[in-house]
Amino acid sequence: MRRVTNIDNKTSQQPIIEIKDLVKTFHPKSGEVKALDGINLTVNQGDIYGIIGMSGAGKSTLVRCINLLEKPSSGHVFIDGQDISTLTEKELRTTRYSVGMIFQQFNLLMQRTAEKNILFPLEIAGVDKETAKKRTAELLELVSLPDKAKAYPTQLSGGQMQRIAIARALANNPKILLCDEATSALDPSTTRSILNLLKEINRKLGITIVIITHEMSVVEEICSHVAIIDESKIAEVGRVEDIFRNPKTEIAKRMIYSERELSPVAMGKNFYRIVFDEKSSSESVMAKMIMETKSMVNIIHADMKNIDGVTYGQMVIQLPEDGLSASRAINYLRAHQITVEEVGSNVG
Amino acid sequence: MWDSSMTTLIIQGTFETLYMTIASTFLAYVIGLPMGVLLVTSDSEGIVPMKLPNKILNIIVNITRSIPFLILLIAVIPLTRLITGTSIGSTATIVPLVIAAAPFIARLVESSIKEVDQGIIEASLSMGASPIQIVTKVMIPEAKPSLIIGAAIATTTILGYSAMAGIVGGGGLGDIAIRFGYYRYETGVMVVTVILLVLVVQIFQEAGMKIAQMQDRRK
Repeated sequence: MRRVTNIDNKTSQQPIIEIKDLVKTFHPKSGEVKALDGINLTVNQGDIYGIIGMSGAGKSTLVRCINLLEKPSSGHVFIDGQDISTLTEKELRTTRYSVGMIFQQFNLLMQRTAEKNILFPLEIAGVDKETAKKRTAELLELVSLPDKAKAYPTQLSGGQMQRIAIARALANNPKILLCDEATSALDPSTTRSILNLLKEINRKLGITIVIITHEMSVVEEICSHVAIIDESKIAEVGRVEDIFRNPKTEIAKRMIYSERELSPVAMGKNFYRIVFDEKSSSESVMAKMIMETKSMVNIIHADMKNIDGVTYGQMVIQLPEDGLSASRAINYLRAHQITVEEVGSNVG
Repeated sequence: MWDSSMTTLIIQGTFETLYMTIASTFLAYVIGLPMGVLLVTSDSEGIVPMKLPNKILNIIVNITRSIPFLILLIAVIPLTRLITGTSIGSTATIVPLVIAAAPFIARLVESSIKEVDQGIIEASLSMGASPIQIVTKVMIPEAKPSLIIGAAIATTTILGYSAMAGIVGGGGLGDIAIRFGYYRYETGVMVVTVILLVLVVQIFQEAGMKIAQMQDRRK
C-alpha cells in the first residue's frame, strides 16, 4: 500500500502521544457529566491522526487533554514519553511550546497584525528579536501569505486567518499540531486548501498532526489513522483505509455512510454494499463479474474517491431475485477479496 | 462684581479642576487597573482561580462603591490629613477622589477585559503563555479600545466628583461655583463655571472616543 510505505519511510513508528485510561468528568450544577470515559490512544510520530465524533461526543475535551488545557480527572497523557500530568506549571508551559494548536474560530489577536500574531508565541518563548523576525518571515512564506504581513485579522478572509493561525502554531517548531475543528468554519474549497497545507506541513516538517472533526470528508482527505469517538468512549480505531473499507461498529458505519447515503426509498430487497480497495477498483471487477456470472446487476449507488492516489469507494447494487445467481455473484466478489454485505434498513 | 480678579480666579479654578481630575484618575488607575485585572483572573473561570481573594476583592469594591461620594469625602478627612497634612485645597481632595474612583475603575476594567474572547486566551495558554504574559500581552492590549472608553468615563466621573468637593473647600471650579454662585447668589459666576465644567467633560469624552476608535483594529 502506498500510504503505508509513505508513513513508514519517514518515521520509525514511535509513539509521540500516548493516552492511557483517560477520564474527564465535569461537575456542572446539575449532577455529573462524564465527557471522556477510559480513553486509550496512541499516536505515532508523523501520523495525521483524525479524531471524529458527533458533537458532544467528547472529542474537543480529548484534544484539550493532550496539552492540558483541560485537566484530566484521572489517567495519563504522555508526550514523547513524558507524563505531562506530573509536570509543574512552568515545565508544562515549556512543553506547550512543542505542541501547537489551531482552532475553529482561529483565535487570532485582533489588535495585532498577521506578522505580530506569528511573532506572539516567539515573544512568549523569549526568542530574541532578530531570530523571531526571520522566523516570522519564513512562516509567512510557508503559509503563502507574505503580502499580508501588515494586515489586521479583520482584513483577512477565514482561510487566510487560519493560515496565519497555522503559521503562529508552528512558530516554536512544535513536534505536534493539534487542530480543533480547524476547517469547520470554512467553505469546502478553502477547507481543501487548508487541508493541503496541513498535509504539506506533515510531509515537509514531519510534524505529527491530530485533527478533531465531525466531518468524515476531512478524515478521508488527509488522515492516516482515525479514532471514532462516541458517547465519551472510543468506538473504533485504526488505519483510515481499514475503517473505511470495513467499519465494524454502528457509529462508524453511520459516520462513514451518512454523508453520502442513499435515500431510504432506494432500500429494498437484495441490496448489497460492496466496498473497493486499491486493487479491486482498478481491475474493473464489476464488469468481469457481470460477464462471468451473467448476473443482472442493478447499480443503485456508487461513490468512488481518490484518497492519496488510491481509488477507493463503495457501491450499492441490487442482485437478481433468483437466489442462485445472486449467491454466484456474491461468491465471485468475495473470491476477489471484496467486502460484500447485505444492506439493512439500519444503516443510513 | 465681575472683574479681572474673578477671571484669574476662574482660570485658576479650571487648572485646579484639571489637576485634581488628572492626578486622581492617574492614581486611581494605579490601584484600580490591577484590581480589575485581578477580579478577572482570580474568578472561578479565570486563568488563576483564587476563590477567597476574589471574594474579598469583590466585597471591598462593592462596599466602597456603595458609599455616596459626599459622605466618603467627609469620612476620610482624618486619612486625608495624615497623607497631605491638610483637608482643604485640591491636593487634599485627591485622596478621597482616588479612594472613590479606584473601585469604580476596577469594575470598568473588569468589564472591558471580560469582553476579550475566551478563545484568544485559550490559544495563548496553548502556546505556553504565563498568567503575567496573558495579562500584559493579551488581555490589556486586546481590551485597549474598551479600556480607553472606560478611562474617558472614569475621568469625567472623577471630574464630577471633584466639583462636589467644593462643599468642603476642595478647590477647583466646583469650589468657585459653590462659594460665589451658591452662597453669594452670583448667577453669572455659576453659569460660567457650569459652562466650563461641561466643556471640559465634553473634551475628555470626545478625546477618549476618538483615541479608542483609532486604536480599534476590529473594524
